[in-house]
Amino acid sequence: MTVIEASGLRKEFTVRVKSGWLRRRTRIVAAVDGIALSVERGEMVGYIGPNGAGKSTTLKMLTGVLYPSAGQVRVCGLEPVPQRTRLALRIGVVFGQRSQLWWDLPLRDSFALLRHVYAVPATEHAGRLAHCRRLLDLDAFLDVPVRQLSLGQRMRGELTAALLHGPEVLFLDEPTIGLDLVSKQAVRAFLAALGAAGDTTILLTTHDLADIERLCRRLVVIDQGRIVHDGSLDELHARYGSRRRLVVDLDEPLAAPLALPGVTVESTQANGRRITYALDGTTAAGDLVSRLVEAAALRDISVLEPDIEDVVARLYTRQAAP
Amino acid sequence: MRGDDSLAPHATGSRAPSYRAYLALAAAGFQRYATYRQATVAAVVTNSVFGFLRFAVMLAVIDAGTRTVAGYDNRQLATFVWAGQGLIGVVLLWALPEFAERIRTGDVITDLLRPIDPMSQLLAADLGRAGYAVLTRFVVPVVVGALVFDLYAPRRQVTYALFACSTLLATLVCFSCRYLVNAAAYWLLDVRGPQTAWTLTSGIFGGLYFPVWFFPDAMAIGLIVATPFPSVIQIPLDILVERGSPAVQLGLLGVQAGWVVTLLALCRWVQRRGERKLVIQGG
Repeated sequence: MTVIEASGLRKEFTVRVKSGWLRRRTRIVAAVDGIALSVERGEMVGYIGPNGAGKSTTLKMLTGVLYPSAGQVRVCGLEPVPQRTRLALRIGVVFGQRSQLWWDLPLRDSFALLRHVYAVPATEHAGRLAHCRRLLDLDAFLDVPVRQLSLGQRMRGELTAALLHGPEVLFLDEPTIGLDLVSKQAVRAFLAALGAAGDTTILLTTHDLADIERLCRRLVVIDQGRIVHDGSLDELHARYGSRRRLVVDLDEPLAAPLALPGVTVESTQANGRRITYALDGTTAAGDLVSRLVEAAALRDISVLEPDIEDVVARLYTRQAAP
Repeated sequence: MRGDDSLAPHATGSRAPSYRAYLALAAAGFQRYATYRQATVAAVVTNSVFGFLRFAVMLAVIDAGTRTVAGYDNRQLATFVWAGQGLIGVVLLWALPEFAERIRTGDVITDLLRPIDPMSQLLAADLGRAGYAVLTRFVVPVVVGALVFDLYAPRRQVTYALFACSTLLATLVCFSCRYLVNAAAYWLLDVRGPQTAWTLTSGIFGGLYFPVWFFPDAMAIGLIVATPFPSVIQIPLDILVERGSPAVQLGLLGVQAGWVVTLLALCRWVQRRGERKLVIQGG
């Protein structure tokens, strides 16, 4: 079942630029420029892109707080903006930089209030809360007013608050921003478990690519308002020529360079005794190693997996694949 | 729904927030203010101190011959001042522009993402807050006033009921006015201007600094009927000190009710326009 469906989605903003003492020029800027996206029930999608790429704008259009300039969008079969309050009952939203909790109330009271606001039956509420308390370790600070919580504690509270009404779709806008390592891991483990259960659809925006590596099988990359990649992480690596690298330490430099298809020398150090090869997959690493053993005395080898940060940075700066 | 202890989505079906949601929001409003006891103490002390100042000024203008001013006698005037000092806290004449701040920072989108519209959320919470204020900020200045001065006690039992209704309506009028000031942030971002205008006009034309009957009668009647300001302070106090017959009192309640309907409708309209602006232009 398709839960999120968008086509030709576009959002333009009017920007006024000073062009004289009193004169202002207006310029139309497309923050989102024709996005097509289809997400099935239970999918966990990472939605990434550089600052200003249009991630939050997309999220706002999907949740019904921003009206698209053009295009169609449906979430849970509803039109987000006109049917916003109905949609609100069926989605959960966490904005890492904003709070949906009541500042002056203890977390426990915020949750009780949400139960009434979302008209959740008492047993259902109690079940979900018990689950979150266990997985997110909430008990230690359940009675502390929200304003006194640390960022990590608050974020765990925010996640719980977004899930207590049993949303079908969970939108997370940078849920790990500013968190320490332990809190990040707690949040990721919780989301991984939620994703594994398979009945909540999750759309996650983040700048922390470790979030994506840990959590999302599908990755949508947006840049300047357009989707530049929609597929798995492996497909991204394949498409943008991310390469595994093999670093070898030799007793003596090679007499003649090796010629193997798909293998290039990235760098040589220590007078040719340390060589870094880049492999595009045409030749297996094992074959390269056996050729090296034939050619010289091999002292040490190590294989470096492609780095997601690298490939995404390349994507952002629009360096084409070689 | 699956087993008790899972996060499985709620079975799709009709579900809408009921009156319980509003009661819970009101209870949260009550609790929120009850949390800050020192702030409550500071507020009632301030209101009481200013009660002495205001009453001293009023006494100075009482006509030595008739012992009345603008139709109020000494005891009515004392009640007007002291109950007025309590009423400030109940209607919350001066509040921080919190909602405007939420609009300015964009936090308002989390309000929009709830199944209840932002205005109803705030109204329910404000009524809860007013309930707490009745028990604290209203009672203390009235008791202080009663201990030190001779206050006017209503002669007709029905006055108490009318005063309670009038106070509720005054709270709604005041809420609406504050809401409109805050909602100006959808267009202005900074609401210090409207806020200052509200503080001044509500004080001068609402009966806080002095009863509106200090103005010429025609002007006073014009203010009462044609502006919402006297509905906040002047009308509830006139009802309490039994200025005019029960029929006049009922008429005053009618004026307040008219303003409540008009202003809440206006708030709703402004909120829609503001949301439209936010949702279309992106704040």
